[in-house]
Amino acid sequence: MNEFSKGQQLYLRRLRRHHRIVIVSRILILIFFLLLWEIAANTGLIDSFIFSSPSRVAECFWEMVIDKTIFLHIGVTLYEIIVSFLLVTFFSILIAVILWYSRKLSEILDPYLVVLNSLPKSALAPLLIVWLGANETTIIVAGMSVAIFGSILNLYTSFTSIDEEKIKLIYTLRGTKRHVLSKVILPGSIPVIISNMKVNIGLCLVGVVIGEFLAARNGLGYLIIYSSQVFKLDWLLMSIVILCIIAMVLYQGIALLEKWCRKKF
Amino acid sequence: MDAILKLSKINYAYHSYKGETKALSDISFSVSSGEFTAIVGPSGCGKSTLLSLIAGLLKPEKGEITLCGKTLDESTVNVGYMLQHDHLFEWRSVYRNILLGLEIQHKVNAQTRKKADALLEQYGLKNFRNAKPSDLSGGMRQRAALIRTLILEPELLLLDEPFSALDYQTRLSVSDDIGQIIRSSGKTALLVTHDLSEAVSLADRIIILSRRPATIVKILPVTFALEKDTPMERRNAPEFKNYFNIIWKELKTYE
Repeated sequence: MNEFSKGQQLYLRRLRRHHRIVIVSRILILIFFLLLWEIAANTGLIDSFIFSSPSRVAECFWEMVIDKTIFLHIGVTLYEIIVSFLLVTFFSILIAVILWYSRKLSEILDPYLVVLNSLPKSALAPLLIVWLGANETTIIVAGMSVAIFGSILNLYTSFTSIDEEKIKLIYTLRGTKRHVLSKVILPGSIPVIISNMKVNIGLCLVGVVIGEFLAARNGLGYLIIYSSQVFKLDWLLMSIVILCIIAMVLYQGIALLEKWCRKKF
Repeated sequence: MDAILKLSKINYAYHSYKGETKALSDISFSVSSGEFTAIVGPSGCGKSTLLSLIAGLLKPEKGEITLCGKTLDESTVNVGYMLQHDHLFEWRSVYRNILLGLEIQHKVNAQTRKKADALLEQYGLKNFRNAKPSDLSGGMRQRAALIRTLILEPELLLLDEPFSALDYQTRLSVSDDIGQIIRSSGKTALLVTHDLSEAVSLADRIIILSRRPATIVKILPVTFALEKDTPMERRNAPEFKNYFNIIWKELKTYE
């Protein structure tokens, strides 16, 4: 395997160089940005009371780690995101299957789904608080409401765009509609289901934070609203940074799932 | 000779909002057990519709189809159907693709599994048992699709242009290959094709259909005076050209 030709070696070297440049540049941009921010705040170029600074954000984070309050906020938000994401995944597959099963039903419900999907879901959050109370359920439902309608429509479109001939094959093997679902539609839609999950995890995060703005006593969304009211911008920026990290980690988790599925199927 | 399949005065039309398209009108013929029949006709004339009707996927508007004297609903005759494309599922291995029909009919057991392996070996796919369909060549894919059909032990085999998606060279060898497999296993087969030379090289009898709405123009028995009656030998025989020309002319007049 070591016996690569000159051309191949050159190609591989170039490829590695390319990757190195990409990664180093990414890190440099982050460091440059943080340094600029820190220096600007320290020299008074920007008002550190409003803009905070990386060191103050880090300090604030450390304080909250020591008094352990940060874990509660992160834990609550993470829990709400994951529960609403799992519920969205489950119900959107279930409803898309039902719609696929009955063409009549899907045609009847189509305008309602389209309206619900294009409705700005943040408008629903106050209503949910009145109906369900200012509690975790409301926040989870708010998270779901952002993702679920689009998810149903996406999955339904993918289910109905499966090759008619593949479905015919199942019938020629004397299968029923149930077999079409279990042997063709669902396994054939796994890539779409996963890419749909990638979108949903981000949307659930949005919905949960909106919910927490309005109805929470814990969680990062609550922390953001509270800190803006008491003008503790260190908290606010720290919460945003943590939300960024959570979004990235969850997205990577699904990317891993996708890789695993690719190998398996 | 007992007729395994009998169609009498079959009519079928497609409906859409804009109107009705008559596809088949008064089609009557029968197929005897062990016979290889080909149906040719201009493209879009309703040949495939005919197979869907026989397989029970569509219901005729008028007329009756019987298998061994019984209507399709009562019949116990096992009908196998091969489509234009192999439709092997990419998320299944070759072996699990072959088991698809058995899975649906709840017939997967030690005996059928053994048979699947035997068929894989017989048709030269043994080494690709656990491969993905995309690793197979066009001809191998079509053979895998044939095994998927044959493992259900059909008494009547419906072939809907099963070679049309292959390139010319593969097509010749696969039709040769599959033609011989079907002949040697003594299956009754009904092949739909628009390739006249394919029909002549494979069939005992050729049914020529007109343009839509399709009616039967002529039923042509095909016999070759050959020691070894294989599709390849047929293509080289002097009669081949004659049959080809007869069908060509028939199709021309009714165009």
